[in-house]
Amino acid sequence: MKKIINSVDSVEEQMIQGLVKSAPKKLRKLDCGTIVVRADKKAANKVALVSGGGSGHEPAHGGFVGEGMLDAAVAGAVFTSPTPDQIFEGIKAVATDQGVLCVVKNYTGDVMNFEMAIEMAADEGIKADHVVVNDDVAVKDSLYTTGRRGVAGTILVHKIAGAKAEEGAALEEVKAVAEKVIANVRTMGMAIEPCTVPAAGKPGFELADDEMEIGIGIHGEPGTHREKLAAADKIAEALLEKILADIDYKGHEVAVIINGMGATPLMELYIVNNFVQDYLAAHDVKVYDTMVGNYMTSIEMAGFSITLLRLDDELKKLYDAKADTPALKR
Amino acid sequence: MIEILQAVAKRIEAEKDFLTQLDNEIGDGDHGINMARGFQAVEQKLPTLADKDIGAILKGVGMQLVSTVGGASGPLYGTAFMKAGAACKDKMELDGAGFAAALDAAIGGIKMRGKAHEGEKTMLDALCPAYAALQEGLAAGSDTKAALEAAVAAAEKGVEYTKTIIATKGRASYLGERSIGHQDPGATSSLYMLQTILANL
Repeated sequence: MKKIINSVDSVEEQMIQGLVKSAPKKLRKLDCGTIVVRADKKAANKVALVSGGGSGHEPAHGGFVGEGMLDAAVAGAVFTSPTPDQIFEGIKAVATDQGVLCVVKNYTGDVMNFEMAIEMAADEGIKADHVVVNDDVAVKDSLYTTGRRGVAGTILVHKIAGAKAEEGAALEEVKAVAEKVIANVRTMGMAIEPCTVPAAGKPGFELADDEMEIGIGIHGEPGTHREKLAAADKIAEALLEKILADIDYKGHEVAVIINGMGATPLMELYIVNNFVQDYLAAHDVKVYDTMVGNYMTSIEMAGFSITLLRLDDELKKLYDAKADTPALKR
Repeated sequence: MIEILQAVAKRIEAEKDFLTQLDNEIGDGDHGINMARGFQAVEQKLPTLADKDIGAILKGVGMQLVSTVGGASGPLYGTAFMKAGAACKDKMELDGAGFAAALDAAIGGIKMRGKAHEGEKTMLDALCPAYAALQEGLAAGSDTKAALEAAVAAAEKGVEYTKTIIATKGRASYLGERSIGHQDPGATSSLYMLQTILANL
């Protein structure tokens, strides 16, 4: 394992410290854990947005703390959901009378730990609710799965719900708009190289030199199936076909995210975007805005995901609203 | 009880790499690491619980696991130990029937927290057969040790059974049919706990 770290045990703590030190006017770390909260002056008494999950997805989620997006991000051990007591500390640090909305990615651990933290918050009289993001179309949502995974589309929930909260909306309204994003966002990813969790010391899976893993998740778990590596356009087409088959994007405007999994160079992400833009135009899907870069990574996995958010006037306005976080600015 | 729990902690730590490997195949590879970390924290905590009743000891273990393991295993094992502790409140000794009641409460906690049941390729596929065998043995008049031996044997079969079915819960469920042929990490760590309890009776 070849990584630029100091020790396996110090990864999460030093990463969060480094993130905060890179943006000290925007971010502050709580003493009690790897929890990042806003350090700047906030709009009074708005709904607080709390999110988090395992470390290893940087800039998610700490990089999205700031005006217009998250108030707190709780980081667990690498690829491990944070514990209820840590999430509860994050909730307590930012809660207002308007309440707290937790944005939870759909993984059994994340859901259980956030649910337990919200129970703890309720016991202390804090109004807290949550939404579960499940934008990954790789796995069919069926009786036989724990539902779909939450992946890069989560960023758009942070952005749009965050903007709604800045407007002073009530908890129910912020939750409703978050649910609206979840209903309209779909993502699918793939990988050509696995990642290595520092504590594990070796990659989560192995791929032959000429293989790729389709339907990859963001925790180093295997995807849905393996194939021979194809050209970028063919890969992008396969992912887009699945996304466009899932909900009706025809005739609508979309926000696009071409998300790098960590090790894929911008060069390749732009090559993918080149195909995606032409394909969408040819399929009567109008692109309103595009983001290309590393937003929800999987340490050093090489691969990418495509996210399409179907927009309406309300979502566009909130998408365009001001945001000032380390990883996303408008 | 303290000695038994210390032995359980050591067993989990010893099996860390194997559990990680199992979890790499159908999960995200963190089960061994997270459980080892949680049980290391439990080992540190046990001396402070030494003079308490069994309920308080188990509850202390559960709370420590919830706050250190993370992932899905933290809430599940944490809730399991906390519910087992509630069933053992004020007891200073545990007989077969008491252990069965604790195991039943633990299983109930896992089902409630995880919204799961048997047959979904989870820890329940080791624990539920173990409980059934334990109850059967005790009802037939076996002593605690013999009943627990039957329970461990049933748990071992349960772990083997998990190899044959598709995962429908947890991260393994995203693999669909690819999850067949792989033994469930959670069922395996549950088995290790039961084996260690038996060995230290």
